[in-house]
Amino acid sequence: MARPSNRRPGYSRRAQYGLFFGYVAAVSGAAIALLLLILSAVDPNGFGALKGAISDATLPITAGGRWVVQRSSDAGGSIGSYINAAGHVRQLQAEAKENQTKLIEARALAFENARLKRLLGITERGTRPVAVARLVGSTGSSIRRYAILNAGYLNGVRSGMPVRGPGGLVGRIASAGAISARVSLITDGGMIVPVRRVPDGTPAIATGTGDGLIDIRALGAENTTFRRGDVFVTSGAGGVYPPNVPVAIINRVTRESFFARPVSDPAALDFAIVEPVYQPQVEVQRRILPPLPGQ
Amino acid sequence: MSRTLTYRGYQPVLSAKARAVPIVSTMIGSLLPALAPMIAQGPVLPPFGLMVLLAWRLLRPGFWAVWAPLPLGFFDDLVSGQPVGSAMLCWTLAFLAIEASERSVLWRDYVQDWMVAAAAIAGCLVGGYFLALFAGGAAPILAIVPQIIASTLLFPVVARLCARLDVWRLR
Repeated sequence: MARPSNRRPGYSRRAQYGLFFGYVAAVSGAAIALLLLILSAVDPNGFGALKGAISDATLPITAGGRWVVQRSSDAGGSIGSYINAAGHVRQLQAEAKENQTKLIEARALAFENARLKRLLGITERGTRPVAVARLVGSTGSSIRRYAILNAGYLNGVRSGMPVRGPGGLVGRIASAGAISARVSLITDGGMIVPVRRVPDGTPAIATGTGDGLIDIRALGAENTTFRRGDVFVTSGAGGVYPPNVPVAIINRVTRESFFARPVSDPAALDFAIVEPVYQPQVEVQRRILPPLPGQ
Repeated sequence: MSRTLTYRGYQPVLSAKARAVPIVSTMIGSLLPALAPMIAQGPVLPPFGLMVLLAWRLLRPGFWAVWAPLPLGFFDDLVSGQPVGSAMLCWTLAFLAIEASERSVLWRDYVQDWMVAAAAIAGCLVGGYFLALFAGGAAPILAIVPQIIASTLLFPVVARLCARLDVWRLR
């Protein structure tokens, strides 16, 4: 088939000018796009209001689809549960017996912890979640990892707030619309979370790799090595993320880096909890604690 | 159904529906990856907005103005998670490249159209990848290879869908 020749205006002056201005508009538009790109490199949350408005408008469809998927996978799960149910029960009973002693120990520790804290005069206010909502969608065609949350400005969600799931840290709010918000997942390449290894507290930095994993880098000593199965929790350093929220478990060790998978799998996630931005109360604690004997 | 042959420089008068269908279908294509009820852990969905736009471009070469990818790309950037400006830039450059290729190649067939679309999609995805890196993201470049292959293989389906829509919009 031959192409239609409407891009060749012939002798018509008007058509020639029209085509010419089309090209001028395209090229100058491309230049404006470059400027916008530089702007979005400086401020990644630009056009937040517009983005929020669009995700607000499409939220009913996304949330409905998520609901259907959830129900159908639940049905599959329930049917699956009946298979080998007796074996499961036996296994769970054995686990429960094992956990009983540990639970008692933990209760004793919690009591002692509370007593010591009272002694030192540290009062810890339990943070109340800002909102509890579902993650309903994501940006599946981009290399940036954002999820769409079913709660927004009207529910008290503001950009910068940490988001956690039942298992561990999910990410932080990138921008909030009226009834929906965009969450930067911890697997996004632009996310950096200060973490430490449990139980020894070796500090590290967790950076998203953009393909579902997290890159863990040790801070300080060069010869620190992590092993497969090491668990990392947030350290609370620098604020934003509250301390002791599980983040990642190392599952692949290469020569130069340690790759971990996130503790909370957002794909399987039902609910996400938005918490207020954590502000470490270093100054307050310093005033309350007695001076060290050496000083 | 009646169709008139266009002659040089003459644009046929289109109804509002006939004008709106390609624009709206492209915007719906842009929204599709965000509407999918799943939390993707990588770029797993093809860029449907770009594919629909290219399908219309190759089906009706005279329909889009050369600057049409600018507003449509802006909309795509707002929903896709890419930095604002990346689809605007890449899609416009792809249109200019297709325009330039049509200067030299007069005759086109189905397979050639497919190859042109595949090249444009691959170019836009690679361009979008580097622009997202520039704006603060990170990912191995291999992450977008399955996406390029999937969208190339899926393009004929989208093109067929657009052809159906074309018949409907001009009815």
